[in-house]
Amino acid sequence: MSHSTTGKTLNLKLRVWRQKDNASRGEFRDYALVGISTEMSFLEMLDILNEQLLQQGEEPVNFDHDCREGICGTCSLMINGQAHGPDNGTTTCQLHMRRFHDGQMITIEPWRAKAFPVIRDLVVDRSAFDRIIQAGGYVSVRTGQAPEANSVPISKNDQESALDAAVCIGCGACVASCKNASAMLFVAAKVSHLAQLPQGAPERAARVLGMVGQMDSEEFGNCTNTSECEAACPAGVSVTHIARLNREYAKALYGSPLGLKGELLTSSGTGGD
Amino acid sequence: MSSDSSTLLNSRVPGGPIEQKWDSFKRDQKLVAPNSRRKYEVIVVGTGLAGAAAAASLAEMGYKVKVFCFQDSPRRAHSIAAQGGINAAKNYHNDGDSVWRLFVDTVKGGDFRAREANVYRLAQLSENIIDQCVAQGVPFAREYGGTLANRTFGGTQVSRTFYARGQTGQQLLIGAYQALMRQVAGGNATLYARREMLDLVTVDGVARGIVCRNLTTGKIESHAAHAVLLCTGGYGNVFYLSTNAKGCNVTAAWRAHKRGALFGNPCYTQIHPTCIPVTGDHQSKLTLMSESLRNDGRVWVPKQANDPRTPSQIPEGERDYYLERRYPAYGNMVPRDVASRAAKERCDAGYGVGSSKLSVYLDFSRAIKEQGEAAIRGKYGNLFHMYQKITDENPYQSPMRIYPAVHYTMGGLWVDYHLESTIPGMFVLGEANFSDHGANRLGASALMQGLADGYFIAPYTVSNHLASRKLPEVTDAHPRFREVAEEARMRLQRLLSIDGKRSVDSYHRELGQIMWNYCGMSRNAAGLNTAIGKITSLREDFWRNVNVPGVGENLNQSLELGGRVADFLEFGELMCRDALAREESAGGHFREEHQTADNEAKRDDEKFAHVAAWEYLGEGTQEKRHVEPLTFEFCPLQVRNYK
Ligand SMILES: Cc1cc2nc3c(=O)[nH]c(=O)nc-3n(C[C@H](O)[C@H](O)[C@H](O)COP(=O)(O)OP(=O)(O)OC[C@H]3O[C@@H](n4cnc5c(N)ncnc54)[C@H](O)[C@@H]3O)c2cc1C
Ligand code: SF4
Ligand code: FES
Repeated sequence: MSHSTTGKTLNLKLRVWRQKDNASRGEFRDYALVGISTEMSFLEMLDILNEQLLQQGEEPVNFDHDCREGICGTCSLMINGQAHGPDNGTTTCQLHMRRFHDGQMITIEPWRAKAFPVIRDLVVDRSAFDRIIQAGGYVSVRTGQAPEANSVPISKNDQESALDAAVCIGCGACVASCKNASAMLFVAAKVSHLAQLPQGAPERAARVLGMVGQMDSEEFGNCTNTSECEAACPAGVSVTHIARLNREYAKALYGSPLGLKGELLTSSGTGGD
Repeated sequence: MSSDSSTLLNSRVPGGPIEQKWDSFKRDQKLVAPNSRRKYEVIVVGTGLAGAAAAASLAEMGYKVKVFCFQDSPRRAHSIAAQGGINAAKNYHNDGDSVWRLFVDTVKGGDFRAREANVYRLAQLSENIIDQCVAQGVPFAREYGGTLANRTFGGTQVSRTFYARGQTGQQLLIGAYQALMRQVAGGNATLYARREMLDLVTVDGVARGIVCRNLTTGKIESHAAHAVLLCTGGYGNVFYLSTNAKGCNVTAAWRAHKRGALFGNPCYTQIHPTCIPVTGDHQSKLTLMSESLRNDGRVWVPKQANDPRTPSQIPEGERDYYLERRYPAYGNMVPRDVASRAAKERCDAGYGVGSSKLSVYLDFSRAIKEQGEAAIRGKYGNLFHMYQKITDENPYQSPMRIYPAVHYTMGGLWVDYHLESTIPGMFVLGEANFSDHGANRLGASALMQGLADGYFIAPYTVSNHLASRKLPEVTDAHPRFREVAEEARMRLQRLLSIDGKRSVDSYHRELGQIMWNYCGMSRNAAGLNTAIGKITSLREDFWRNVNVPGVGENLNQSLELGGRVADFLEFGELMCRDALAREESAGGHFREEHQTADNEAKRDDEKFAHVAAWEYLGEGTQEKRHVEPLTFEFCPLQVRNYK
């Protein structure tokens, strides 16, 4: 059966993580797919797999997705050991089958991290991220309390740089790609976004202490300094924001950005390689 | 077909001049004292711009808010995907904008099928929205001097659209989400993620809670409250292929409809002119290329039908910039319905491009030449990136190919000026209601409406409801909750037990094809009747032959989809009936029988200057059509003209 109207087709071997629920043990199962169009997205390929499984009387593979255009952060697959697959700056839903070759074996797993328990198959629980934001990732302004929008000018550079951090889609690929399952890049993105804007300034210290404290209590690991997170991040959030997080943290603790030479969070414990 | 100018539909618009209506509502409304607010529970279903803004604001006022979404985090609501921007009448460009002009543009853009008083209030509140978002740290684009930047959107002649690159919705939603998380931390809001609302519970005719499914455990849960706010988004996915996120659905609205909420103008759907064309039958969704691209991109097709040449081989003189040709005053910036129909017209006449011949060019070469590639990258970088990811073509070097796709639904649950539905105590906000956009929405005004509803309207009108109605104590132990939960459980059980041959997805695709062919960009009576027949038999087949595998007691995505598609199969028929009954063309609703000599939409203000609101009368009975007459006292009725 061919699903293509134009372009090439592929035959593939899939090795997919199946797990009934959080309490059960999971296992890999192998499936074969034929006639996959190179124009399909990766998730459309999984749609075809699921249709096939249904016809064979096996339960379809559950996986998280929603927007299918790279912005909601819902999709979350380890593809051949890489978070969101082989392309840089790309979510799983934006990955296309033209990136794979005929006969290829593709291994698909959920995010693996203690703080992201598996719910079923490829679906994990990322509510820890919401709790980190609850611990300070906001500006405390009441509805209706805001001053005229142009009353506080913000330089284009500051705004652009804040937006470079604010683009985080909260997907968790940084955690999944880190061998310590650290959430530093995610936390840094929010701290850096708000620290660079005048509106975020009054709560800077409380914010960074709160968010880092929550991150630690959610059992995310320490930063390895290997920048695997940046490489996996589909939104292009840079590790320079981790440097800013460290400065913010030191300043909050010791009232000075040079507190512990900014090393406080970057390399405790295991260290990088 | 019966139609009633109904007493059910009391719009409760305050009297007086349009500029003073909202103030006069606020003057007369009842308040709940700060210390009493914690005694009231409010349910907010949905965490898009409308829901997150409402939940955060109501919790901040001191009400106990329970907030629900089907995604794993409220931050992932479909609003996140909005690209282009949000309108506000700030007149920062000094180009003659005003609250009045935004009001007029919106009424006119909606082809005179919206309620004037609501639209005026929306325009008034637009300014507060920008202030609020900036204060939350939303990094809107700025000028070098540090002030806020604007761009132009379709259907207007001023620059009033605020934006954050091509991801405005993301930044606005993150702002609202963070405000909501602050309330969760403070204890006034409780978050219920991965929950799907399956039904509304009314007690003595008043909305008092919901029944939902915990999507992780499969457990059916009951939640009681003193008010219920539906902020559950639009129903564009009835077409299967749309620019909406895969999870967007009509279930919450449809279930509330079946409990007594009238459904307004279901046939009004927006087909967006600039989307990436369909490539094959595997396609699971369509991707929007923001309308803001029309600021710098020019739309064209070859002058010669079936031209085999690549775009670069076609010299300037042999290109037909048909929007600029047909609509010199607005050019590429005509409203969406006009641009979409013009693209379809060219393709139907054989001038389409690409392998399917179902696309037109959107060309940036002139803008890149004049402004440089870096400037274009700065404005639209993420959109160009997305285009290249999907099509494997580089839009900096050759023009994009685009075609219209289903995008937004102007129809929705009928609400009055308070945003309250025909069920007392149930409010409907954002895309889920029918209110402000008439028969066609202008770009960048859905975000504005969602946030106006959530931050600045519902907090007042919901308070008024709580303060002025006697609401006896009701908990989830009330027998109505048990009954409704049992019905929901039975429905799921029925889906699971059919054990037929066809997947839910295959039914959804087939329904979508029917809707697109007969109730899409253009409609006629014969086609709509055909569609109603086809949907009826598809629905019957679904309940005999669908295969929903697995069990109800854990995460089961097939079951989630099954419930949603079952509701779409009922709702699609109502859309067609509404389109059939509206014998005129207005905005996005184009009836082939009603067009001018040069193929423009022809309204019939004598017979159809009204809202159609449908009442559910029980299984197997045709719904009853009610009407709310619309009057245009302040923005007089006129023929839309973008030439
Ligand atoms: C690709 C795209 C780009 C757009 N760009 C723009 C733009 O630039 N400017 C503009 O003004 N508008 C734009 N729009 C339109 C705009 O984004 C939407 O109309 C708007 O965001 C809708 O917001 P909402 O709060 O009403 O609903 P949504 O954001 O759709 O949120 C719906 C919420 O309801 C929840 N929900 C739904 N059903 C259930 C259920 N049964 N049970 C529990 N929870 C449920 C969901 O979980 C979600 O939280 C765009 C739309 C699309 C598709
Ligand atoms: S920082 Fe990047 S990888 Fe991490 S959650 Fe945000 S978008 Fe995902
Ligand atoms: S599904 Fe939304 S980012 Fe992939």
